[in-house]
Amino acid sequence: MALLRSIAIPSNKTPTLARTARSLTTATLPPLPYSYDALEPVISSEIMMLHHQKHHQTYVTNYNSALELLHTAMDKGDVSAVIGLQSAVKFNGGGHINHSIFWKNLRPVNAGESEPPHKKLGWQIDADFGSFNALISKMNAEGAALQGSGWVWLAFDKEFNRLKVETTANQDPLVTKGATLVPLLGIDVWEHAYYLQYKNVKVEYLKNIWKVINWEYAGEVYEKEAQ
Amino acid sequence: MAPNWCGCGVASANSAKLSTNGLKLSSNRFNFSKPYPRRAYRVTAYYGLTTPPYELDALEPYMSKRTVEIHWGKHHNEHVEKLNRHLKTSAFYGHTLEEMVKATYNNGSPLVEFNDASSVWSHDFFWESMQPKGGSMPTGGVLDQIEKDFGSFTNFKDEFTFASLSLFGPGWVWLYLKRNEKKLAVAPTQNAISPLVWGDIPIIGLDMWEHAYYLDYKDDRSAYVNNFLDHLVSWHSVMVRMMRAEAFVNLGEPKIPVA
Repeated sequence: MALLRSIAIPSNKTPTLARTARSLTTATLPPLPYSYDALEPVISSEIMMLHHQKHHQTYVTNYNSALELLHTAMDKGDVSAVIGLQSAVKFNGGGHINHSIFWKNLRPVNAGESEPPHKKLGWQIDADFGSFNALISKMNAEGAALQGSGWVWLAFDKEFNRLKVETTANQDPLVTKGATLVPLLGIDVWEHAYYLQYKNVKVEYLKNIWKVINWEYAGEVYEKEAQ
Repeated sequence: MAPNWCGCGVASANSAKLSTNGLKLSSNRFNFSKPYPRRAYRVTAYYGLTTPPYELDALEPYMSKRTVEIHWGKHHNEHVEKLNRHLKTSAFYGHTLEEMVKATYNNGSPLVEFNDASSVWSHDFFWESMQPKGGSMPTGGVLDQIEKDFGSFTNFKDEFTFASLSLFGPGWVWLYLKRNEKKLAVAPTQNAISPLVWGDIPIIGLDMWEHAYYLDYKDDRSAYVNNFLDHLVSWHSVMVRMMRAEAFVNLGEPKIPVA
């Protein structure tokens, strides 16, 4: 579903020679690395299906539309159109980025008890937050306090070599809070992420999601970035 | 529980001992410098949760009882409680809700009270923007004004729908009266913002936060908005609000009925 009124696109394309050779790499919906019911009872299969097949897919579709319009506007040299499309690109592109990370942040319930991170990420967490539980409390508090929609992140700051808890609004990706921030874990606190199951009780969702968090993935990203 | 501020002396067993002329008067039970015990109280008042003007299941099947119970009973209620908690210590205690929304918006750098004050106001407004067996079409002066400002009623519906689907993230969509241009317009707003913050007069408010429709419509926002326009919106409320707005904005023709 395109959210934008189309900017008039000329029906006959510009001659091939005059066209810039810019290729359009569109986004595609990544598959879930597990089945839709794999996170039950923490996150219901109904939510996972809607979240992946509807919400994430819509971000992908609308990002691709915005990208096409952007390319046309750039080709035409239409500066105000280029600027006008920025919010659609940021919102839908951000939604695609954030959710692509999110699916990897989660792992099936039957993959064993959620182990707290150990080795290097575990030590860094202890160093920067005092304890693993302190990190969880902080992320839950930030997630609960977030007004509106957004994400709460465990971020690794490459510049200062330390972990941080950050929140972003709507679908802003983590880099909007700092160019040197790398997302290790993101928790979606948009209402669509939990409402069908948890209704207004966001704190329950935040408390429970730790049972399906994929610390292995977070550890891998961390070890790659923390040289 | 209203705080009890005692302004004047209350008779007690351990009253102050010195009177104004320096004589020491002690007393076990009565303070003879004052003929009778005086108590002064400061009365404080806080906001309550206004009930929608219809039963909680009256908007079925377009808005389920379950949605209204949770939306009103939990979300709206939580904002009222949080607002009251702020007001215990806020400088804005005593303001009307509309004044508070405008003042705490603080021209774009909202103060801590804004989110809850504005949410309380907007949700009250939202419940009253709907009625059972609502929708269909306005009549008389309201219809004339809409046709004047949008071209046609269909144009208004299209604009309203487009605005509601254009939101990135949570927010509201409003039909409101612009004071300066003296005409109706449609606008989406983010999070808890309403036309009150820029000084205009809201006429219809539709909550586009996911909690408003997710249980009934999942991600199908256009079905939610269409049902709101076709079956829920209260043109009676619109008429009453326009009548009130005419006290502030000279609309000239057409005439909204005056009782």
